[in-house]
Amino acid sequence: MVEHTLHSIGQYLPEIVILATLCVIIVADLFIKSERHTTGWIMLAGLLLAGYFTILQSGRSESVFYDMVAVDPFAVFFKSVLILAGLFVVFFSMKSLELENYKSRIGEYYMLLAGMMLGMLMMVGSTNLLLMFLALEITSISSYVLVGFTKKSLRSSESSMKYIIYGAVSSGVMLYGISLLVGVTSATDIYAINKALVAGVDQTLILNIAVLMIIVGLGFKIAIVPFHFWAPDVYEGAPITIAALLAVASKIAAFGMMIRFFSVTFIDSAGFSAAGVWSAIDGIHWDILLGGMAALAMIVGNLTALRQDNIKRMLAYSSIAHAGYILMGLVILTSEGLTAILIYLFIYLFMNLGAFYVAMLFMNKAGTESIEEYKGLGFRAPLAGVALTIFLVSLTGLPPTGGLVAKLYIFGAAISAGWIWLVVIAGITTVISLFYYIRVVRNMFFFKPEDDAPELTFDLTSKLILFALLIPTLLLGIYFAPLLEFAKSSMSMIGF
Amino acid sequence: MDVLMIQSFAEPGLTHFLIVSAILFSLGIMAVLSRRNTIMVLMGVELILNSANINFIAFSRFTELSLDGQMIGLFVIIIAAAEAAVALAIVLNVYNRFKTINLDEISLLKG
Repeated sequence: MVEHTLHSIGQYLPEIVILATLCVIIVADLFIKSERHTTGWIMLAGLLLAGYFTILQSGRSESVFYDMVAVDPFAVFFKSVLILAGLFVVFFSMKSLELENYKSRIGEYYMLLAGMMLGMLMMVGSTNLLLMFLALEITSISSYVLVGFTKKSLRSSESSMKYIIYGAVSSGVMLYGISLLVGVTSATDIYAINKALVAGVDQTLILNIAVLMIIVGLGFKIAIVPFHFWAPDVYEGAPITIAALLAVASKIAAFGMMIRFFSVTFIDSAGFSAAGVWSAIDGIHWDILLGGMAALAMIVGNLTALRQDNIKRMLAYSSIAHAGYILMGLVILTSEGLTAILIYLFIYLFMNLGAFYVAMLFMNKAGTESIEEYKGLGFRAPLAGVALTIFLVSLTGLPPTGGLVAKLYIFGAAISAGWIWLVVIAGITTVISLFYYIRVVRNMFFFKPEDDAPELTFDLTSKLILFALLIPTLLLGIYFAPLLEFAKSSMSMIGF
Repeated sequence: MDVLMIQSFAEPGLTHFLIVSAILFSLGIMAVLSRRNTIMVLMGVELILNSANINFIAFSRFTELSLDGQMIGLFVIIIAAAEAAVALAIVLNVYNRFKTINLDEISLLKG
């Protein structure tokens, strides 16, 4: 027993490192009173170390802490992607002008960021319902505070209040669902729940209600329709670095948890055929329910984004639509569809962070988030303008960018699984999305700037960060074989 | 009939606890949906969390779930406290900015 625990601790190093980073940041914040982002560099070092330990875990596949946590290629993939997103967000935070007014409290900011990273790393690895819920709450509670971090701003305060109310209610509903599921199956880890479900439970009605309630909590985290109402308000009010983190990292972590939960819990071990997948619980047609939610997310997200003027709000609706596209892969629930999700999430990381980053650069230099006021910005800042164009083209899914590859794989998986109506909706909404993405590009390049408007210049490090996001976005559109291999080899979960 | 009813109340079973928790849950949802004062909404959230807690404890008493359920109950109490603390801090900040905690009057962000 002691050996198992000690061995498990050795397999939990990425999370432990992040936790230690959190503590070091708290202590360092007490003593270091410099005006520079010292705590940010500590956070960066912690993330790099955690990334190193995550890479060391690759190839391993075992269940540690008495079936509480899984260390498998699937978890390693999500952890590396999350740490990558965390690294970018720390760099963004060092460049953000918005956070400059809160210099004296910046240690708190990085401390909460470390807390959020810890929660997200735990989310993708945990295989016990209690640990899943705890991880979700660690992520949520840190992000409630981070959204309201710029507390002198009215919009930031309001958005953090809306976020915590929506978040607390949906996680409460999810907890009630978990309590019913745990009660019906008399087990807390997902393998035992799967066993109980396959053996058959009598109370199908309670079981269906429980799963519906759990979908409420998870759907809130990935911001899928009809649980998306918080997303636009929160993204608009939050500091732009946090909006980027919520749109990318917290969504990726929630998808990781959702995929593991559904594919391990409800899979009938008898066979992995399209019909057998969702058959562990009968009653509601889960695939059609989730497919309908995905379709609604694509329609609502893309149509509402058409009439937005604030770029953060526009990106919020676009991220709702993207959650719909990604959910398509989960609806199919074949390993082809799930591989497509991994590819999509990896590419989505670069293109969406890139769009938020350029929006932040424009906010820093030109002081505007309004798309109308972007007129002529393409001439005043050619590099950032072209980069934003590429990111938006990639978000639409046009060649020669990574977005095309991402969409291609997920559409292909859906077609081969026979979900033609869903792919038709996805295709039509993709065309619609072109209008609002291209509107930004038109405003930037089709209007001459005013004569006295100064050119915007960025320092070297800002440009380097921009290139670090831009090059993968372009490269993955042309040369994606390694990513495909990586995603395929990562698609092995314990109990799947 | 009367004797049966009295007997069933004298020895409460799993169903009784589940009914109480379902009522609490519904009251919590009602509070969240109908109240406009943020503090009252947060109290509704507490009701929801505690209704789930009753479920966990009842299942741990009456099914093979054993102590796992009670352990989850302890964790949920901690989570509820942490969430309430953060929520009150945020509400305090909102009150300082807007001079109100009525949800309908705090609506800068829309569209």
